[in-house]
Amino acid sequence: MTKRIINFLLPMCGIALAVVAWWVASRIVTDLPSPVRTWEESKVYILEPLAKRGETDQGILILAYYSLVRVAQGFLLGIVIATPIGFLLGVSPTLTRMFDPIMQVLRPISPLAWLPLGLVLFQKSEPAALFAIAVCSMWPTVINTMLGVRAIPQDYWNVAKVLRLSKMTTFTKIIVPATLPYMFTGYRLSLGIAWLVIVASEMLTGTPGVGGFLWQEYNSLVYAHILLAIITIGVVGFVLDRLMGFAEAKLRAV
Amino acid sequence: MAFIEVRGVHKSFATASATRHVLRDVSLDIERREFVSIVGAMGSGKSTLLSLLAGLTMPDRGTISIGGEPVRGVHRHAAFVFQNYSLLPWFTALENVRLAVEAAFPELTREQQVMRASDALGNVGLGNAIHRRPRQLSGGMRQRVAIARAIATEPQVLFLDDPFGALDALTRETLQQELAGLGSQADRRVTTVMITNSVEEAILLSDRIVPIVPGPPATLGAAIPVELSRPRSVAQLAHDEQATHVRAHVIATLTATPGRLRKHVSGPNASSPVLQAVAKETS
Repeated sequence: MTKRIINFLLPMCGIALAVVAWWVASRIVTDLPSPVRTWEESKVYILEPLAKRGETDQGILILAYYSLVRVAQGFLLGIVIATPIGFLLGVSPTLTRMFDPIMQVLRPISPLAWLPLGLVLFQKSEPAALFAIAVCSMWPTVINTMLGVRAIPQDYWNVAKVLRLSKMTTFTKIIVPATLPYMFTGYRLSLGIAWLVIVASEMLTGTPGVGGFLWQEYNSLVYAHILLAIITIGVVGFVLDRLMGFAEAKLRAV
Repeated sequence: MAFIEVRGVHKSFATASATRHVLRDVSLDIERREFVSIVGAMGSGKSTLLSLLAGLTMPDRGTISIGGEPVRGVHRHAAFVFQNYSLLPWFTALENVRLAVEAAFPELTREQQVMRASDALGNVGLGNAIHRRPRQLSGGMRQRVAIARAIATEPQVLFLDDPFGALDALTRETLQQELAGLGSQADRRVTTVMITNSVEEAILLSDRIVPIVPGPPATLGAAIPVELSRPRSVAQLAHDEQATHVRAHVIATLTATPGRLRKHVSGPNASSPVLQAVAKETS
């Protein structure tokens, strides 16, 4: 019982200390709103999270929802492309050797670099944002799926051989289930990246969402709302990671 | 012509520094419905020989044929039981067996496949554990599932890769006894090749024992027939005169130095580490 209280109190102490540090910083840098001012100026967004007052002046949950929908689309597009590539690279060392250099070069490219290319390719900001999310978030899924296929124990391959399973059956009954935990680790990392990219792409394209809101409030000099947006981005990202981690743990328990 | 024919088979593996010759000029005949055990110490090359017979690996030289056809891959009517069970952890016992049935009898309906799989599990005494996953089963139960998976496909040849090696002594004896029981029903006998390092297990189950003379490269000793009536039991074999004779014969071959095959040596050579290992198994 006391252990549970401590487990709850310790993080609370950490948060309290961070708020104190924030308050101290706001006394030194006068442009930085203090925690209290941030709350005063932001509470309408939090207390009416579903309100719609204007295109970007909306409740925080509505803004987060716009961003999440876009992330979901880009993320799904990314993993739909990445998963088969991961399987192919996993079963074929030849393909891995062919494409490894390209992957290594494409992987570290920032979303800010992909977005203008997306705008050139698709002419509109919405598909360009999806393109940037998909291209940036697919790599962890590609790599983890590939590693998962390679980590399949020889025993399972022997079962496939001895039972004379067809290629299709081997794939659906052995390769996919054996790789699933690795795939989900990839999905979780990919989703984390997709959420990072959405903010950048909304800021650049000015589309409504948490990132768009952040950039607009910066331009309107409402600094408290920048902090609100930052905290929202962090909290939503944390919740997403926890949800995927939960799904992953469920799979590993099988 | 024997059902399984092995002629002049060589096998070596390339390691980082050198080529390791595992088997040299191995020849063997196995008749239809015969139960043959290949007995040897750990690392003697018996697993390699079984992989070759089962078509999991190919020989460097020599030929292997089953039913007159050269072995080019896993035989259509062969089944395999691995030492480490090799069940798929994401499937229940029933699904594991049904996967094998589905591959062997694709023409059956799903219901018929499930029926056949659950019958096979019933035959090995797992009738009420069919919906459990491997991790919920003990080692002995897992190996029963693996045996059911092999039997359910109605194979013409059964390859057993040290099937009781990973089990505790008590479970091992029970399962050996049950397999011996299955083997004594003449109408259901399947040509079986088992590898083991237990001479006792080989005597209990086999029609013939083929000792591996340690190498490397390993060669096969002369086959030793086990002409004991069935059903056999471990208790009975401990005092049987013929069993004692076979045991001594097998151990003598196993501990002989290559090229100087001593026959019918009764006194064990205590200085040989292989013998000590085998003697431990049989005591």
